[in-house]
Amino acid sequence: MAIWCAQLSVDRWRLSQGDRAREAESAGARAQGDKGESEGEEELPTALITETAHGPRIDAVNAAGHAAGARTGQMLADARALYPGLKTAPSDPAGDLAFLEKLALWAQRWGPWSALDPPDGVIVDVTAVAHLFGGEGRLLADVERAFAKRHLAVRAAIAPTAGAAWALAHFGPRLGGGSSILAPSSEEAMMRQLADLPAAALRLDTDVLTVLRRLGLKRLGDLADITRGAINRTEAAARDALHRRFRGRKSPSANPLIRLDQLLGRVPEPLLPVVPQHMPLVQRRLMEPLRHRSLLDQVLEDLAQDMARELEAQGQGARRLELGMWRVDGEVIVRRLELAAATRDAAHITRLFAEKLEGIEAGFGIETVRLRVSWAEPFAASQSDVEEAAARHGTSLSACIDRLSVRLGPQAVRRPVAHASHLPERGVIWQPALSSFTAPLTAPNTLNIPLARPLKLLDRPEKIAVLYASPDGYPQRFRWRARVHEVARVQGPERIAPEWWRERSTTRLRDYYRIEDKQGARYWIYRSGITGDGRGGTPDWFLHGIDA
Amino acid sequence: MTKPDPLSRPKVPPLAHLSGVDVAALSKQREARWRPGLTDQPLHSEIFASARDASGAGLALALARDGLSVCEGVREQGALAEAEDRRQILWVQDKRAVELSGRPYIHGLPEEWRERVICVEAGKPEDALFALEEGLKCRDLACVIGEIAGNPRALDFTASRRLSLAAEKHGVALWLVRLEAQSDLSSARMRWRARPAVSPEPRWDAKGPGVPTWQAELFRARSHAPGEWKLAQDAKRLCVSKSPKPPAKETERPLEHTPDVPFKSSRKSRHKPAHNGNLVRATFGRSMAAVSRG
Repeated sequence: MAIWCAQLSVDRWRLSQGDRAREAESAGARAQGDKGESEGEEELPTALITETAHGPRIDAVNAAGHAAGARTGQMLADARALYPGLKTAPSDPAGDLAFLEKLALWAQRWGPWSALDPPDGVIVDVTAVAHLFGGEGRLLADVERAFAKRHLAVRAAIAPTAGAAWALAHFGPRLGGGSSILAPSSEEAMMRQLADLPAAALRLDTDVLTVLRRLGLKRLGDLADITRGAINRTEAAARDALHRRFRGRKSPSANPLIRLDQLLGRVPEPLLPVVPQHMPLVQRRLMEPLRHRSLLDQVLEDLAQDMARELEAQGQGARRLELGMWRVDGEVIVRRLELAAATRDAAHITRLFAEKLEGIEAGFGIETVRLRVSWAEPFAASQSDVEEAAARHGTSLSACIDRLSVRLGPQAVRRPVAHASHLPERGVIWQPALSSFTAPLTAPNTLNIPLARPLKLLDRPEKIAVLYASPDGYPQRFRWRARVHEVARVQGPERIAPEWWRERSTTRLRDYYRIEDKQGARYWIYRSGITGDGRGGTPDWFLHGIDA
Repeated sequence: MTKPDPLSRPKVPPLAHLSGVDVAALSKQREARWRPGLTDQPLHSEIFASARDASGAGLALALARDGLSVCEGVREQGALAEAEDRRQILWVQDKRAVELSGRPYIHGLPEEWRERVICVEAGKPEDALFALEEGLKCRDLACVIGEIAGNPRALDFTASRRLSLAAEKHGVALWLVRLEAQSDLSSARMRWRARPAVSPEPRWDAKGPGVPTWQAELFRARSHAPGEWKLAQDAKRLCVSKSPKPPAKETERPLEHTPDVPFKSSRKSRHKPAHNGNLVRATFGRSMAAVSRG
């Protein structure tokens, strides 16, 4: 069964307006006792628009708007030229999709599984289900009734294949209520019934439709006649030409022949069923509002244990947790927590939240506490390492990282990762501490640096005064942090050119030297530029790294 | 730790109860001079160094690698075909240490450590101590390296005792680098003072700097006599530099000196001369206790 919400976005927009409109309506209706007024108000021509590079474009129009001349896909300016009073509202494709997903789940009341048919359709498998509703006809009537209750305009069709149902729902003959049923029969019989539908009923891309229209294949029947069998040579040539034309197209939506086979059930058409996902949620309603931290801690501990059980049942671990606390006066306090790795360790969760609960204003008391997992990851049940835990009682690495990043902030706990750049400060990027476990380092991202590098790198190179043989001799002596170092040994220079593709043209090259002073302290210093490179005056010297 | 704990004293058997062999072994163990690659690795060490050079961090790194390689060697001898050590290393710095001496640079770290270091930058010394302790409690870490600048109020004897206990409970080694700090009271099992030393001439580039070399002075240790070494990190391991120098001559002194004679009095007299006599006795009593317990 295919269900097509013909005007999903408009209906959704109308319903979202509905709450406001209904309030005004009920107030107005009481005053005037006139129903026509409010209906007239609702039927103002309105278009849902998206901002594009060329100006606002119309995504959907309501019936009144359609009557006023606005069409989907038109620019708003053109529609306004036809009807200046056209109202607009922003369209919301993401919201529509989310709504459709919920709708698909809701539609599982008519069948064991359902699939999305974006942008505005739902396909439900009703194989061997219809008798529960008293036949296909009553099933469709039930669908229409249910959707009418939700104020959604809908067209539904039942057919042996998903493709045929879709075609009938979108383009089928509108008998009475707008729903149709195709009884299972042989391929030829099915094709005969569907022969009058336009080629667009095959769910094809627009460019393929254009090709078909140019070839003169406007109806399904035309296409089927050509592909079925040749009667004479011209028809055989036409069939071969058609096969050649679409031979390279593997995607069903680009190949009318595959679509036709799917429509007739010669080729299976896999659909992706929607599976409901329930985010684990546990809550406690408290008899007495809580005003003290110790009690709240107790409740939190209980919740964390409930949550751990819940997660364990689902075989998942929490990555992000939200703790909501409802106060007596209606205020909601929310604390969020993000974890470095999936966990369902109640003690760990309690401990991390305990840090976040500092300074909560309990007011007159907290009456409901709810713990919700907004991001969960599969986390297989593992045997608890009894021996090791008993022997050492150590924490795991992810627990340690969690504790550190909760107290010090996520920016404080990081891991250096090599990056493909010869510039020393760009040769390293900082990633979250546990990221490399999920995404292993890729080989091309690392450079092979043959020369020795210092153990420590200063965040910002420090300027030093250097005595050296101009223009580019070895450094003899330098002053850094108010002390003079005599250079005893030098290795270099190692010249590192600026990355011209991302820096300004005045950036100077660097000549790096590894030096050791008379005491044996080792440094990594560089001269920024050379005299006469046209990018500034006398070059400066900087101390960039300290070597062990 | 300069005085034996009065509560634990009755548990220590009097010397008469120990056999002569025990005493000999004990004194030999105590008298044994520290050298790289010893199996009894300390779990809490402090290294005092200047922030103007990276000798502290370098020596900490070298000692930590030495310790880890020893552990690996022991494990291999235990016929456990264990894979290469992939445990992480936590490197904690407080903000001031970062400002003074920079961050660890991935390309300058030893090859096998490059993908294993997790850096923590703590704003305050209190946070750094918290991070160190959490790291020590973590069983998945190979070791923890800390860098704290100066003598913050938070890092007192109690704090260092906490670190020692955590390290010894969970068996994770801590190498704490103290930049520009006075060596005040601490419970670290080994305390070093590091300064850079002139490196040996490299074989191929006589003008360039050689392998990292440090003048390392062990001025306080529980199980070893104090001493001073010139240590160098060559490609594989930490080794005592061969070049004989005036302090190195003293290191070659025979080991049968009496404990009461302060070792290297000329150097020790400069800092805390009063502790010296006590120091050796205290470690003696402690290690007795350790031996009798074990």
